[in-house]
Amino acid sequence: MLKYFAKRLLLGLVTIWFIASATFFGMHAVPGDPLAGDKAMTPQIRANLEAKYGLDQPLGTQYLIYLGNIAQGDFGISYTQENRRVNDIIREHFPISATLGILAIVFAGLGGVLWGALTALYRNQWPDVVIMFAVILGISVPSFVVAAISQWSLVGLNLAAGTTVLPIGGWGSIWHMLVPALVLGLSTMAYLTRLMRSSMLEVVGTDYIRTAKAKGVPPTQIFSRHQLRNAILPVITVLGPAIAGITTGGFVVEIVFAIPGLGRYFVQAIQQLDYTVIMGTTVFYGAFLVFMVILVDLFYGLIDPRVRVDQ
Amino acid sequence: MSSTNLSPADFQPLPPSEAVQQISRPSLSYWADAWRRLSENPRAMASLGLITFLLAFVSIGPALWQVDPSAQDLDQIGIGPGADRTVTIAAPFVPWSPQQQSVTPADNNLGLRLAMQANTQAVRLAWTATGSTRHRLYRNVFDPETTGSLGLPLVDRDQPWFEDRLDLQPGTYYYTLVPLSADGVENDGAVTLPVDVIRVISIAQAVDRGLIDANDTVQLGQRLKLAWHPLGTDYLGRDMLARLMYGGQVSLFIGIFAPLAFVLLGVIYGSVSGFLGGATDQTMMRFADFVVALPFLLFMILFKVIFGIGPGESGIWPMLVAMIILLWPAPARLVRGQILQIREEGYVSASRLLGGTTAYVVGRHMLPNTMGVILVTITFQVPSAIFTEAFLSFIGMGVAPPTPSWGAMCNEGIKSMLTRPHELMFPAMLISITVLAFNLLGDGLRDALDARMRGAE
Repeated sequence: MLKYFAKRLLLGLVTIWFIASATFFGMHAVPGDPLAGDKAMTPQIRANLEAKYGLDQPLGTQYLIYLGNIAQGDFGISYTQENRRVNDIIREHFPISATLGILAIVFAGLGGVLWGALTALYRNQWPDVVIMFAVILGISVPSFVVAAISQWSLVGLNLAAGTTVLPIGGWGSIWHMLVPALVLGLSTMAYLTRLMRSSMLEVVGTDYIRTAKAKGVPPTQIFSRHQLRNAILPVITVLGPAIAGITTGGFVVEIVFAIPGLGRYFVQAIQQLDYTVIMGTTVFYGAFLVFMVILVDLFYGLIDPRVRVDQ
Repeated sequence: MSSTNLSPADFQPLPPSEAVQQISRPSLSYWADAWRRLSENPRAMASLGLITFLLAFVSIGPALWQVDPSAQDLDQIGIGPGADRTVTIAAPFVPWSPQQQSVTPADNNLGLRLAMQANTQAVRLAWTATGSTRHRLYRNVFDPETTGSLGLPLVDRDQPWFEDRLDLQPGTYYYTLVPLSADGVENDGAVTLPVDVIRVISIAQAVDRGLIDANDTVQLGQRLKLAWHPLGTDYLGRDMLARLMYGGQVSLFIGIFAPLAFVLLGVIYGSVSGFLGGATDQTMMRFADFVVALPFLLFMILFKVIFGIGPGESGIWPMLVAMIILLWPAPARLVRGQILQIREEGYVSASRLLGGTTAYVVGRHMLPNTMGVILVTITFQVPSAIFTEAFLSFIGMGVAPPTPSWGAMCNEGIKSMLTRPHELMFPAMLISITVLAFNLLGDGLRDALDARMRGAE
């Protein structure tokens, strides 16, 4: 078990190295250079700046310096926002994205399990039909449209109420987070609902449910102790990839709702070609996702003894 | 014993019976059977019809609706579907000097009145200078009574008249005149005047836009019909229907070709890996794991630059290449799993025993048996490819203006969502319908093709 996770962790580190290298050489294959701005500069200034950012070194040396800095957790300095370290940008804005993401995962997880269990309980009756219709809508409508429509509805709600019931954008209190997190979690929730429903229906037909029924276990207890607990397992396996989906989805929600999260800064850095920020954020996100997937696997092994991770 | 009466005739073979050997139904191949099951699924058939309609919409549509998607109709900018498209011929615009003021009676205490009928060339307002000599003029598209806002401040004016020519569109405007004190503070006694602006065009402009012939005799005040835009126009006056058709070509092209290409790559990679097995398989799958971890967005930018495409230019091909290079591992893993399973099946051993070569076994037995799964994967990848295109265009990394795509149109439409919702709603609806149709078709195909997955949902 421990050996398995040591192996997974090592492989995770190799993956991060792969991401970092691909990012580095990718960014350096791009013609043009980060100092070619609209400001005119003398060769002397240029040489000084190149020396400052280490751009006068050969590519191999730059790569080694870059890897060394990353190993120490240093992502460098932003090119467009002078004197702002990428680490500071991440430290300042990632907690906001993370809070939003965690809230969205909570919404998606709770909602998915609840709605999925409901549809399975009332199979082919009206709750099933209504919820599955909503699920299909949730899967088919792009997140930016959902975000735009919900913001539009918020404007309408606030106008109708004559006061600010819920803020339509920005960041601060819990009220700012509710709607964006809901929007962010919506497609994951729809996906989890589908998964939960099929998993529930599969569990209903198993022998241990029949045995429990034969023993005379009350239906509510069968539902909560046998059916639900077994049906939740596949939902947990997809939580790792779901976190990845929610991180990318976060870009759109952060832009639409004007939330100062890391996703918005990433998109902004892309548009401004701020190389260090792009590289730093990419490596950071990559590392984050790799560890999330390992964590979910570890968690899965803990709650389901049948999963023998060492195989 | 004695009752047995057997004659030699009893030992004759029976005449061959036709009924026993008769085939009551035609023999169905796997695909014919799958098609039969699919055609019994009303949701799948409806979605198949919808997909056919969408493909026709983007392919035959432009031939039927021959409007240039990048042509700007400057007389009809940002109009909704079914908007009034009459236009009145008017004299060419001449700057206004207040001597020409006609005397229209005013019934408010500032004497705010229209000096001439308001049209899209100009709105000419005049008022009586009483008390304060300086006034501030506001304009709003909504009634200030209900919204509580005076709108856009147009001018601070010493003379008692003003000619407004700022981006006038047909409709109702609410002008509010506020008297100012000597030090520029707004006094009480504001007056609001609702003004109906009609759309006008001069004869020269009408000829220029092809509404009338240069030799036609037209009188001032005559009404003409402008070009028809069934779904309205966008913020630059471009026809929405034509843009949706051309935009759909880009969206559906990426949505269908990217999955076809990367699933094919994944099938080849996965089947080679699964078939070879052992250390090769392990190495190949580790590499696939690394590719999965690569950040998609970053490589989109890289491909854009490698293809020599600047920030404002369209990047359909880089997007396609990036999707192929980055998204193949998922189908590769799936196919590898299938191949690993099938490799141990009895019919594969039998085929080998009978002397089947590797290529024959893979091509004749293994791949056809994974075909169902592959087809289902492609169908389910189409919606995600369309979403990816829309997402990338939405954040400005995908298809750039002026090339339309549904995602790019959503990106433009979201900016004016509150005043012109149709610009966002139409492309968003088409994306949703396409994704919905492919999802339902995927469900139906899975039920029809894959016996193991059947009824899984």
